[in-house]
Amino acid sequence: MSATVSLQPGTAERYETAATREPLWIKVVLIGVALAFFAVFLLLPLASVFAEALKKGWGAYLAALTHEDAWAAIKLTLLTAAIAVPLNLVFGVAAAWAIAKFRFPGKQFLITLIDLPFSVSPVISGLIYVLIFGAQGWFGPWLAEHDVKILFAVPGIVLATVFVTFPFVARELIPLMEAQGTEEEEAAVVLGASGWQTFRHTTLPNIKWGLLYGVILCNARAMGEFGAVSVVSGHIRGQTNTMPLHVEILYNEYNYAAAFAVASLLALLALVTLGLKALVERQTRRQHQESISGEHS
Amino acid sequence: MASVRRFSALPGFRLAMGYTLVYLTLIVLIPLSSVGAKAFTLGWDAFWAAVSSPRVVASYQLSFGASLLAAGINVVFGLVFAWVLVRYRFPGKGLVDALVDLPFALPTAVAGIALATIYAENGPVGSLLKPHGIEIAYTPNGVLLALVFIGLPFVVRTVQPVLADLEQEVEEAAAGLGASRWQTFLKVILPHVTPALLTGFALAFARAVGEYGSVIFIAGNVPMVSEITPLMIITKLEQYDYAGATAVASVMLVLSFVLLLVINVLQGWTLNRNGKGA
Repeated sequence: MSATVSLQPGTAERYETAATREPLWIKVVLIGVALAFFAVFLLLPLASVFAEALKKGWGAYLAALTHEDAWAAIKLTLLTAAIAVPLNLVFGVAAAWAIAKFRFPGKQFLITLIDLPFSVSPVISGLIYVLIFGAQGWFGPWLAEHDVKILFAVPGIVLATVFVTFPFVARELIPLMEAQGTEEEEAAVVLGASGWQTFRHTTLPNIKWGLLYGVILCNARAMGEFGAVSVVSGHIRGQTNTMPLHVEILYNEYNYAAAFAVASLLALLALVTLGLKALVERQTRRQHQESISGEHS
Repeated sequence: MASVRRFSALPGFRLAMGYTLVYLTLIVLIPLSSVGAKAFTLGWDAFWAAVSSPRVVASYQLSFGASLLAAGINVVFGLVFAWVLVRYRFPGKGLVDALVDLPFALPTAVAGIALATIYAENGPVGSLLKPHGIEIAYTPNGVLLALVFIGLPFVVRTVQPVLADLEQEVEEAAAGLGASRWQTFLKVILPHVTPALLTGFALAFARAVGEYGSVIFIAGNVPMVSEITPLMIITKLEQYDYAGATAVASVMLVLSFVLLLVINVLQGWTLNRNGKGA
């Protein structure tokens, strides 16, 4: 290919222009359509969150965020994520190790099962905990007898969040670790490394960016989950309200500025998530290119 | 276990696999089975009464209809996005590429109140459309709009890598054989990305059918008109009608599993296509 181009540069260029490029007007129209769609569907909602939040000025904005109910919601959201993300991180690493580094029958089926929470409506993800821990549920009577509160309390919120964020880390790591194979780990084991040492010094450096990416996505969903948490929370202000639920309550009370003020924190979280994602993708590409150039040199 | 050892010299399979299966069973499989278990205790008549009441049927029509339409719109615009991001250079491209994932990252309740505010009668866009007789917020149009928002990244992110993989030589060959640019698109490029487009469509549709947070604020939730199926489950729960909620949920779960199966098949097809193409 390159030989052809260097022999006949003029022909190749003209050839390329005519054959695999669209006329300028089509290009302009397509970019225009994409940018218009982008502006209306993505940029406008994002911008409106901040515009509505600051409509009544910085004073009202800060007052809304420092209100004790808002603080309670922020704390509960952080607590929920602090429990759900590490649990699913440990699971994700274990599942990826078992699935990517070993061969066994039923592997594809297991991966499908791990993906299940993604294909279930958030409302159903909450409903299942009502059916298990609710007054008419499997453990409802027993829990009532022993005065243990799970539903309409913090444990229920955590459980529902663990369920909806279950696949994130595992599904990032499984393809990554499968692509990397087992040669490096086998070499480490042959050289006398223990299982933990092998993971710590061989596997972990290879998967750190994918791991970080999975954790970022898992955290964003854990903090932003609405439907599932809404079903199990009971909406008790200051006690079982996460940030998204607090946004809903304020909005339904027509307290729009305060609702959007809390929403703006969640929108910032989304922007940070997307920024970190872009960074991680760049790092992954760099690592990939380095490994390619390393093989060639 | 001995048969497994043969394939790998690495340690930790039993521990990792054991933990994976126990955690998966406790967190996902047992809780999900509660829907099936409860649904089976209802009896056929009660189950059928719950899933076929007129209000619930109206919600199926809206949820399925709007989700299909939204996924279709996403296929068209998702392909344009993927095409423009892979093939062209333009100012702001990096920003567009990064923000395409916004619907994934933005909590659904935030998207919901933002869309409801923008497209309300007195909102920045809603007030412009109102004189033309177009109402979006608090109508089925609002449901469609929210579902288009939520589904876009599924199509873009599925099609983008497939489009990037298509080698230019193939298009040059088509042109060399006398195909016009439009013919090349229809006969070479489109067939190449069709499995990815279908996968994106199925993913967007699956997400849209179950979507709750971004829809309920803009939908208006008028019985028989703009109630989505997930809202029907919530409504029944609020009335302590656990049996009815479970019955409707089981219908949605069966649909989700069917879609999951379809998506798996489509993704296998996409991979095969690309394997052959490379």
